[in-house]
Amino acid sequence: MGKYVELTSENFDATVAEGVTMVDFWAPWCGPCRMIAPVIEELAADFEGKATIAKVNTDEEQELAVKYGIRSIPAILFFKNGEVVDQMVGAASKDAFAEKINAQL
Amino acid sequence: MLDCAIIGGGPAGLTAGLYATRGGLKNVVLFESGMPGGQITQSSEIENYPGFFEHTKTGMDFMDTWQEQCFHFGLKHEMKRVERVSKSGEHFAVRLENGEIVEAKSVIVCTGSTPKRAGFKGEEEYFGRGVSTCATCDGFFYKDKPVTVLGGGDTALEEAYYLSNICSEVYVVHRRDTFRAAPSTVERVKRKENIHLITDAVIEEVLGDAMGVNGVKIKDKEGRITQLDTPGLFVFVGHNVNNSVLQDEKGGFICETNDWGQVVVDLSMRTSVEGLYAAGDMRIEAPKQVVVAAGDGATAALQVISYIQEQG
Ligand SMILES: Cc1cc2nc3c(=O)[nH]c(=O)nc-3n(C[C@H](O)[C@H](O)[C@H](O)COP(=O)(O)OP(=O)(O)OC[C@H]3O[C@@H](n4cnc5c(N)ncnc54)[C@H](O)[C@@H]3O)c2cc1C
Repeated sequence: MGKYVELTSENFDATVAEGVTMVDFWAPWCGPCRMIAPVIEELAADFEGKATIAKVNTDEEQELAVKYGIRSIPAILFFKNGEVVDQMVGAASKDAFAEKINAQL
Repeated sequence: MLDCAIIGGGPAGLTAGLYATRGGLKNVVLFESGMPGGQITQSSEIENYPGFFEHTKTGMDFMDTWQEQCFHFGLKHEMKRVERVSKSGEHFAVRLENGEIVEAKSVIVCTGSTPKRAGFKGEEEYFGRGVSTCATCDGFFYKDKPVTVLGGGDTALEEAYYLSNICSEVYVVHRRDTFRAAPSTVERVKRKENIHLITDAVIEEVLGDAMGVNGVKIKDKEGRITQLDTPGLFVFVGHNVNNSVLQDEKGGFICETNDWGQVVVDLSMRTSVEGLYAAGDMRIEAPKQVVVAAGDGATAALQVISYIQEQG
């Protein structure tokens, strides 16, 4: 089963460089972030082979959070070939995320 | 056909699910659009729910055991947003975001409420880019930086206090000179050295650039404007009820609501439509508290059990 990729400043650029990637910027202290965690896991399974589903722990990767101007979490950024093409702030349903990914495929 | 469809997985919906399933209903599904646990999962504290008295725990910690307990008796869960509810004949059709229709004998709507926007200039533009309604989520991004909080109720002052332990300074802007919050909370906030109360004032505009918010313009009673260079602005000015699931295609409500869109219910949480119940923050005269929302959910579920039995 597909699993999400844990991103750090080390592997971030290489991961988003090609294809469609959904990146969930989260943190352990954020209630809504923890609440959508199961949805992110399901999406990773559903989109296996089609899109990359990834997470950034903003607590540990503060540079990435600053680089992408993250001020509210959960923040979900959609990348296509390395460029940010769409974004969402706040918890949402699985279908809402899936729709955004599908729009880029 | 479901015995009962519960819409919304906050304190009201979870408790309704617990009572309905523990009370013997077999086919009960709770639909939740993305934030199981409801609004309280955003709160930095909860100290007025009897039986839970742990100052260091957040609303999220508080809701953890609810999930476990409320799903223990067979309540089913679907992480799907409900578009709308309608009744034809004796039964209800629950339309989901993907177009799927689920039929149910009864429905309990517990969709709660959403933080209100205050309406100042720049609020929408900078929402999520410096303007926030969740201190536990976003406070950390302003570690050792100054922030502004707008509002004067319990939530505003509690969250201001929470922020004062992370941020360098917290400026609380409130349009009156007295606070609606509980006296103990007001006292605690007044004693905190890095919280500054700016009363009889409103936010005129939030300022920013490509990186997000970098300041706010505040207007006092005499119309004088001062500027605070705070990169974060937290808005706690009340809530709007989430009632769109009760609207038909033309935008009219399928059951009675009041001028604020709150659902009219009786003491048993019955709406004007038979078999349709509303519970929690979205009903008329809701005190907007977890303990009340939970009580409402229980009341509604007990009514549903007798309603289903009567229907045979
Ligand atoms: C920061 C903050 C601090 C607070 N502090 C306290 C406190 O200390 N003590 C206290 O008692 N109360 C507090 N409250 C208030 C308390 O959170 C609410 O009164 C309570 O959560 C209401 O419960 P509810 O079940 O009616 O609605 P909610 O908690 O709003 O839950 C509604 C649920 O329905 C879901 N939903 C909405 N629309 C749909 C749809 N179309 N389809 C499917 N699902 C949907 C939402 O995602 C949400 O999970 C606080 C609130 C906030 C925001």
